[in-house]
Amino acid sequence: MDLNYTPEELAFRDEVRAFVRDKLPPQIARKVIEHKRLVKDDWVTWQKALYAQGWIAPGWPKEYGGTGWNPVQRHIFEEECAAAGGPRVIAFGVDMVGPVIIAFGHPWQKERYLPRILSSEDWWCQGYSEPGSGSDLASLKTRAERRGDHYIVNGQKTWTTLAQYADMMFCLVRTSTEGKKQNGISFLLIDMKTPGITVRPIITLDGEHEVNEVWLENVEVPVENLVGEEGRGWTYAKFLLSHERTGIAGVSRSKRELAFLKHIAAEQTQGGRPLIENPRFRDKISRVEIDLMALEITVLRVLAADRQGRPPGPEASILKIKGTEIQQALTELMMEAVGPWALPHLPDSWGDHWLGERVGPEYAAPLAAQYLNFRKVSIYGGSNEIQRNIVSQMILGL
Amino acid sequence: MDFDYTEEQQLLEDSVSKFLEKNYTFEQRRSIVASRVGYSATAWEGLANLGLLGLPVPQDRDGFGGGGIETMIVMEAFGRHLVVEPYLGTVVMAASCIATAGTDEQKQYLLPPILEGKMKFACAFTEDGGRYDLDHVATTAHMDDGQWVLNGSKSVVMHGAVADLLIVSARTSGDVNDRNGISLFFVHPAEEGVSGREYPTYDGNRAAEIGFENVRISGDSLIGAADRGLPLIELIADRAIAALCAEAVGCMKVLNDATLEYLKTRQQFGVPIGRFQALQHRMVDMVMQYEQAKSMALLAAVKVDDADPVERRKSVSAAKELIGRAGRYISQQAIQLHGGMGMTDELNVGHYVKRLTTIDTLFGDADHHLDRFAQAESAQPLNVTAFERPRAKWRRI
Repeated sequence: MDLNYTPEELAFRDEVRAFVRDKLPPQIARKVIEHKRLVKDDWVTWQKALYAQGWIAPGWPKEYGGTGWNPVQRHIFEEECAAAGGPRVIAFGVDMVGPVIIAFGHPWQKERYLPRILSSEDWWCQGYSEPGSGSDLASLKTRAERRGDHYIVNGQKTWTTLAQYADMMFCLVRTSTEGKKQNGISFLLIDMKTPGITVRPIITLDGEHEVNEVWLENVEVPVENLVGEEGRGWTYAKFLLSHERTGIAGVSRSKRELAFLKHIAAEQTQGGRPLIENPRFRDKISRVEIDLMALEITVLRVLAADRQGRPPGPEASILKIKGTEIQQALTELMMEAVGPWALPHLPDSWGDHWLGERVGPEYAAPLAAQYLNFRKVSIYGGSNEIQRNIVSQMILGL
Repeated sequence: MDFDYTEEQQLLEDSVSKFLEKNYTFEQRRSIVASRVGYSATAWEGLANLGLLGLPVPQDRDGFGGGGIETMIVMEAFGRHLVVEPYLGTVVMAASCIATAGTDEQKQYLLPPILEGKMKFACAFTEDGGRYDLDHVATTAHMDDGQWVLNGSKSVVMHGAVADLLIVSARTSGDVNDRNGISLFFVHPAEEGVSGREYPTYDGNRAAEIGFENVRISGDSLIGAADRGLPLIELIADRAIAALCAEAVGCMKVLNDATLEYLKTRQQFGVPIGRFQALQHRMVDMVMQYEQAKSMALLAAVKVDDADPVERRKSVSAAKELIGRAGRYISQQAIQLHGGMGMTDELNVGHYVKRLTTIDTLFGDADHHLDRFAQAESAQPLNVTAFERPRAKWRRI
């Protein structure tokens, strides 16, 4: 039992730290740290730097371009990237469809798509949710009918994150209406340039364009773009969801946000004193900090169990719920910390090239939008209520 | 980084669990609580035979040489069995205090009888009006003719009446709330001028009010340096807190297991009540609280041995705060989900709830430690270098 890093682990940390210091462009880091708006190029720039280093896909098997790191090394890597303000690697390619293709894909799919995922040549999006299928995802209705060498896909996907940038979509479609609803689902890889695909923005309550509706009208998808077997898509989807278990806690990013919150609370004043010295506000910060300390250890315990090859215990499943609760608490407190300066709504000032006049401190401008935006985290990826159902049924046996 | 027990730690866990399963069942514990002395001489002897009474004592003093993790292992098991032995005061606090700060002579005279189970201790730090503040010391000690003379009183001293020797904080200089001027003494309860009144606490333990009226003790009764006792008291209290955190985790485990079992077996409306989503989600929240609590007990166990007192204090207080909150939540939901049965004395649930509720009160509750955590935090420099940048120029608009 030792919570300290070994000398080897410390050396690894220094190596990652030096890499991040050299290769992460400061203007991108600043945007991330200050909650400014990222554009496609920001993500791609950082992902290409990681790719050049061979570090873009730590979770992949080594023969496919993974790093061969153990769970503690992966944790250290995440910590260092997040602390320095590295943008998140967009999950849809590397963390989601990549592992599915590796596990179930045809050799040609591996050959074609995996290198393009690693190099960020393809931007992927996720065609899962539909207007009538949210938590009850298996009820999805987007049809794929086999006609010769193609599937003809008709339907509508929604909440498709960053589909406006996407070259490819992995998509759950219904290939059969017979039997159990889970059994008629298949997993298709769809080129977003195929005729019949329309991407329409959904503007969220923070005023931003992050998610989309994707309409599919008589979209012809080559049969060879089916992953695995027809009708087994649900199994692959579940595999995908269970693949990344510890990253969803977002501990490393939350640690950076906590530090930023303290920074703001030390700058803002109340009654002539720093806000952080106000006991009522300080207690709120401390409670989140303590929850985060506990979650970090919980994540590490899960990682340790991973390393021993032990099956995940119930602790693994609390990570999403607890992690998102903490993320939401932090965005809420940051907004509260700036008080009235949260009100001015000048969305252009969160982007590049803003030359206009600011109102209030620069760090305050995006915080209300950030708070509103982060209400999503307890909804996406299986809402926190669905997560509780999963724990209750799969782990507690209720 | 490594989260596994060593082979020795695993053996410790196995032996203490096995011992308690045999000697500390819920029914056995019930009769121990109801007995005249309120602890079990047999169990105490058993703990001595297992070497557990020397847990924090170095091996060159014939002890086990354990640290925070070993204490955690033992206390978690104690929590599962609601052990009411004077272990915290005698072993976690007194033995470790003597091993840390005692003179060679004190170690030589006091550690062997502790290890053999012949001497029990209680630590008398709490005073009326001081709440949880260890630096609130109105009890005085002054030197007179080569002897220390004590006056004052201590409140809610856990296991105070069964102790063969007391460790008492007393003021040797300064004012009631000064951090300096506090000293620690060994006081024999049979000394002339010591008065005591024992009473039960609601969790099945015993405590005492202890008074000192011109109690004369020998000059070598002092532990550590005169006037500079507080850092030692805080260290010992932090060890006790880390141990209590582990004990609380053991209690929570039993409550969660019992509640889950009840949800699966209790039938209403023709189905097990665990079919109802409102109850399922409550149970999941209890499990989450437990896992977070377990993580914090682990952190406290590791950090309690940290050489940096600020780092130690921060982690120990964070753990006590979170565990106070988690314990309250799990306790209340365990009763609620057991319905009327949760209200009975017959079922074990209420007894675990009472212990968890007590633990929150010992050495400072969640609010007290939230405050202490924040103070420890502010003692550490705020790491803001990543965010430093020229401040924007301001214009009036």
